[in-house]
Amino acid sequence: MAIPLLVNGTEHRVDAPSGEALLTVLRDRLGLTGTKYGCGEGQCGACTVLLDGKPVRSCRLALGTASQKKITTIEGLAQGEHLHPVQETFLRAEAFQCAYCTSGMIMSAVALLDKNPHPSSQEIIRHMDGNICRCGTYPRILAAIRDAALRNR
Amino acid sequence: METIANSVFDSEEQQHAAIQRLSYAFELQRRDFLKALGGGVLVCLAVKNAVTQESGHTQHAASDEDLPNSIAAWLHVSEDGTVTVFTGKVEIGQNIRTSLSQQVAEELRVPLASVQLTMADTELTPFDMGTFGSRTTPIMGRQLRTVAMAARNLLIDMAAQQLHADRNTLVAADGKIRDPKSNHTISYGELTKGQQLTRVIGEDPPETAASDWHAAGASAPKVDARAFVTGQHKYTPDLVRPGMLYGKVLRPAAFHASLGSLDSSEAEKIAGVKVVRDGEFVGVVAPDEHTATKALQALRAKWNSPPQIGDSQLFEHLKSKSEPSSGEHNLHVTGDVQKAMAAAHKAITKSYTVAYIAHCPLEPRAAVAEWSGDKLTVWTGTQRPFGVQEELASAFRIPKETIRVIVPDTGAAYGGKHMGDAAVEAARLAKSAGKPVKLVWTREEEFTWAYFRPAGVIEVNAATGSDGKITAWEFHNYNSGPAGIGTPYDIPNQHIQFHPADSPLRQGSYRGLAATANHFVRESAMDELAHEAGVDPLEFRLRNLTDPRLRAVLEAAAKKLGWGKEKSSGSRGFGIAGGVEKGGYVATCAEVEISPSREVRITRVVEAFECGAIVNPGGLRNQIEGSIVQAIGGALFEAIRFDNGRILNPHFAQYRVPRFSDTPEIEVEMLDRKDLPSAGAGETPIVGLAPAVGNAIFAATGIRLRSLPMIPEGLPQAHPAEA
Repeated sequence: MAIPLLVNGTEHRVDAPSGEALLTVLRDRLGLTGTKYGCGEGQCGACTVLLDGKPVRSCRLALGTASQKKITTIEGLAQGEHLHPVQETFLRAEAFQCAYCTSGMIMSAVALLDKNPHPSSQEIIRHMDGNICRCGTYPRILAAIRDAALRNR
Repeated sequence: METIANSVFDSEEQQHAAIQRLSYAFELQRRDFLKALGGGVLVCLAVKNAVTQESGHTQHAASDEDLPNSIAAWLHVSEDGTVTVFTGKVEIGQNIRTSLSQQVAEELRVPLASVQLTMADTELTPFDMGTFGSRTTPIMGRQLRTVAMAARNLLIDMAAQQLHADRNTLVAADGKIRDPKSNHTISYGELTKGQQLTRVIGEDPPETAASDWHAAGASAPKVDARAFVTGQHKYTPDLVRPGMLYGKVLRPAAFHASLGSLDSSEAEKIAGVKVVRDGEFVGVVAPDEHTATKALQALRAKWNSPPQIGDSQLFEHLKSKSEPSSGEHNLHVTGDVQKAMAAAHKAITKSYTVAYIAHCPLEPRAAVAEWSGDKLTVWTGTQRPFGVQEELASAFRIPKETIRVIVPDTGAAYGGKHMGDAAVEAARLAKSAGKPVKLVWTREEEFTWAYFRPAGVIEVNAATGSDGKITAWEFHNYNSGPAGIGTPYDIPNQHIQFHPADSPLRQGSYRGLAATANHFVRESAMDELAHEAGVDPLEFRLRNLTDPRLRAVLEAAAKKLGWGKEKSSGSRGFGIAGGVEKGGYVATCAEVEISPSREVRITRVVEAFECGAIVNPGGLRNQIEGSIVQAIGGALFEAIRFDNGRILNPHFAQYRVPRFSDTPEIEVEMLDRKDLPSAGAGETPIVGLAPAVGNAIFAATGIRLRSLPMIPEGLPQAHPAEA
């Protein structure tokens, strides 16, 4: 029985067990590979997507739970050629090295700024602390998020 | 010390992999290439020996007769002016796709955007031993500049003919050649139309001095950066092949365990699942990841595990199971250390330890393998595509010419992706499945079945005279490795020795290799000596140091921090450390805060770094900042726990890596020495952080921490027992 799933504004019907992780549904069944597997344990944030605007770890979320909710992935941020402001500021700050964590970082940051357009540095750090960048580009990511917040003014 | 380290101590290749040089039937390849590339100009760089080519300055125009069999790089200018450069190096976040492109753009005088790099594909790119050891910038960068320079000169020759002009008056810029007399211009693309020219060149030094650089020497944004912020870049785990299945491998219950029995009947009942067994190797394939995982969990296996030591016995084990030195190998002696120790004004005798740590690249080891008849193609994230090709050839007993290994730009490695385990496993599964198979290691597999940065015991005995000059330096490293083992300080009596040992865990390369451990011990011990001698740690270093480049970074970092302006107190400490490794000079200052509840926080790090002429300042700064952040983990809390052949903390919830909240204020000072050749910079910026932090903690608390990590369970209450 196909399960309905609303991703980036498109209604899909997914033929998969309702207990399957949203992460593999997105990546392997819908071809949305921008969302990454990093640990499968909700500890690294590489698989972060927005569920009704809230950041969730898609590796720990069952397809059945995500059904009927509005899902946004990294592929859904840009409007055509027009990048989301957070994507722009990540580019400008060169807030990545290998960039494997970047999708999750951007999705977490977007969720933060949607809820709190002018976060303090402490609020950014607290919000982002579940996302790992093993290359250590945290100072640049912080700068990119601060820059995006400034654009909210 | 660098020369000593290079000659006496094992190199990275000797330590971790005996990689043989491949030989190439170049003529065949050249013909293949011209066919594949179509019209244009192809320039190939011939090297005598890809490992030690520093001294090669061949001036000869190679003829077919004396073509050497080692081609290090080639570059093609097509009829539409596109420049394609082929190199076996891999992009793993160190940003060489950008910095190498900049260097080609510089010497070829073309816009950066017109340069495309084809990297790390055993069928398309020249042999390369691997991307490690900070060699890309000093060696491959220089080689690509040479190739680009030769291509430019060839194009100028062609233009001179076409424009009937004196070649010496022609100016190459922006992908065009202009005759200032007639003001005629002709683009590279136009020049190459209808041509099929090949030139093989030797290793002439590049022409353009760093002081005249335009494309190189300035920050350039990461090539394809937009693909990374939009999620469009395809890493190995993102690849899909027609009919592809998903694989999982059954891992033994412990290291060195043998398979007693296997019941795969439940797994085989699951629709679409195939169980693959070949000796001790057991795996499953399924149409999707979810089913593959279920099938793996349904396998019932009994393993026989031999008893094995745990981490509590590790350091004792490494010392007792170390090899005696064999002659002059791994040994450096000058003067008479014993005599100098006996005559010491002040002396220290200390023992330090270093734990195993994990690389934790966020992209796990992964591969997609596809057989087509006898031909095997594998996409995988590795630092050694040609090494993986050899591993596959050996595993499947097939000629390596039938194997193609392709490395997509990869989600980091840090020295951890030298081997082709995932590639071999995926290929084995694909062989039985008869379809392409993707295998992505789980994080737990990463933490368990990859290899680790070597643990070690390091002992140091040292003495100073009454003038605060170091008179004796004895340094023994057990197992952790010989990289960076020497001392840059002026010490008349030295005994420095690396003792290989039996490692209970699989170990291998790690960013900076043992330079991190050896710098931690040396620079901590320097602090201990300074304290004993009653001299300021910075002053003590400078008093014992003539190397101007190391002095320069120490002084630059100290100045930026404001060394000595504020004295350390019980709640705040300042530490400094310096070092030289792989042609890079680093000095790190750390400021730590100790809270009333004795929590340690690194609040500020200032690092000065010098690696000759800087190719991409923005990229270099990124590497330095990242190194500092990554170093925090190994310095303070990262350690692999193990017992009886099992890893006890194989999850990010148990193995703590640095996060946003661990990140201090970081200030970087880059010294640009345009008069010196560029050295690599992906590794050495990592070595100064741990000793600088340890010294800062000592300055604040009087507690000398002699183990990496230093505070896995917080700051000890009392002074740890003297070793």
